[in-house]
Amino acid sequence: MKLGMLFNGLVAATLAVPIVRFLLSSVTLGLENVYSAWVPLGRVSEFPEGETRLATFRHPFVAPTDGKTADVACWVRRIEGEQFQVFAVNCAHLGCPVRWFPQSGLFMCPCHGGAYYRDGSRASGPPERGLFEYPIKITGGTITIHAGELPTPGPTAALDRVRPPCA
Amino acid sequence: MRVIAAIAGWVDHRLQLAEPIRDAAEHPVPRNTASWWYVFGSAALVLFCLQLVTGVLLAMVYVPSADEAWSSLQALNHQVAFGWFIRAMHGWGSNFMVAVVLIHMTQVFLFGAYKFPRELTWIVGVFLLLTTLGMAFTGQIMRFDEDAYWGLGIGVSIASRIPVAGATIVSLMLGGPIIAGATLSRFFTLHVFVVPGTLIALVCLHVLMVLKLGINEWPMPGRLVRRATYEREYHELTKTDGAPFVPYAVWKDMFFAAFILLAVGACAWYFGPFGPTGPPRSHDHPGRPEA
Repeated sequence: MKLGMLFNGLVAATLAVPIVRFLLSSVTLGLENVYSAWVPLGRVSEFPEGETRLATFRHPFVAPTDGKTADVACWVRRIEGEQFQVFAVNCAHLGCPVRWFPQSGLFMCPCHGGAYYRDGSRASGPPERGLFEYPIKITGGTITIHAGELPTPGPTAALDRVRPPCA
Repeated sequence: MRVIAAIAGWVDHRLQLAEPIRDAAEHPVPRNTASWWYVFGSAALVLFCLQLVTGVLLAMVYVPSADEAWSSLQALNHQVAFGWFIRAMHGWGSNFMVAVVLIHMTQVFLFGAYKFPRELTWIVGVFLLLTTLGMAFTGQIMRFDEDAYWGLGIGVSIASRIPVAGATIVSLMLGGPIIAGATLSRFFTLHVFVVPGTLIALVCLHVLMVLKLGINEWPMPGRLVRRATYEREYHELTKTDGAPFVPYAVWKDMFFAAFILLAVGACAWYFGPFGPTGPPRSHDHPGRPEA
């Protein structure tokens, strides 16, 4: 009886290793930084100065069944020249997609009324911080951003690990 | 007839289930429990069976892939005969099940049916409520339309605020960096295997305890439940003022079960299925709260 239990325990522990690793795969892959990469958004000339436009990029980590869900939206603000700000579309409150209203110069969230100024900083509403901002690089007239995990307002939000947010 | 009886006799001689099934069906219940107040538990079970049947039917057409789930719902709505109706039954059945489980819980609470010796039945019931709500939440993700997509966004944003483990939980929920194929696949697994499996096991425990301990009698003001004497009193009550569950009390359960199925069917027929709203896109949004 004791030998049987001991042997079963050993086998269970051995089999548990691949099972647990399998279940935690998305967590460990995230820690290994395979999710994030520099992705191009387009030519600098496509974005008029002083305006904020919606852009879409293909997520760097795509699975075969992702379909359109791997196309991620973001707000691109060209201040002037090569000065840009790129914001995640997700509100810093509960992740709903914010919209840009040029008339009022505000980003507004349709879910719970979060509002942000044109530079992404918090204006009002439930969000406790400004919009999530992507790190930017401009090379050869092309604007690229460092994109990775879906930004969430938790204490270790993926974008914050790369660079502290502007807001 | 004699052939059927002979075959049944042959099978039961080996299976030996007829006796315990008859005992369970004919177990004595207090006469005053044959009331319309006592029909909600069995109605919840009937609705769960409806969900199992319609769920299996939907799974024959539905494709759990972020790329194709939405279009497979279009096929269900427009190509498969009565696909829209089965979807509507499953959706409305879910709403009814949540409502009936809550009514059942309220009745059990108000009648004091959670008291000794039925505390564990109540505790298992609480987990049944949680799994029912789990089915409802994971089920609306199966549509994988824009409502499901942004509902997930809200879900992970809330989960991300959990101290220390937030980011890990978000990763586990999404199955990857963003809301995409892996996310739908794992919620499909939860909705179709994990949660219903748990639900079936808990329902078995719950019903088994109801059979073993007996349905609670009609509560009377001033009559207290005493640990030392309750079980003897209850046993005597079922002897002196009891009646077999089948057929004395069961007809009300059967009548209400048919009524609730008819109500689900009527809602499904009249109001139709839920969604799908627009396809899941990270830049499109219906622009209404909690979508």
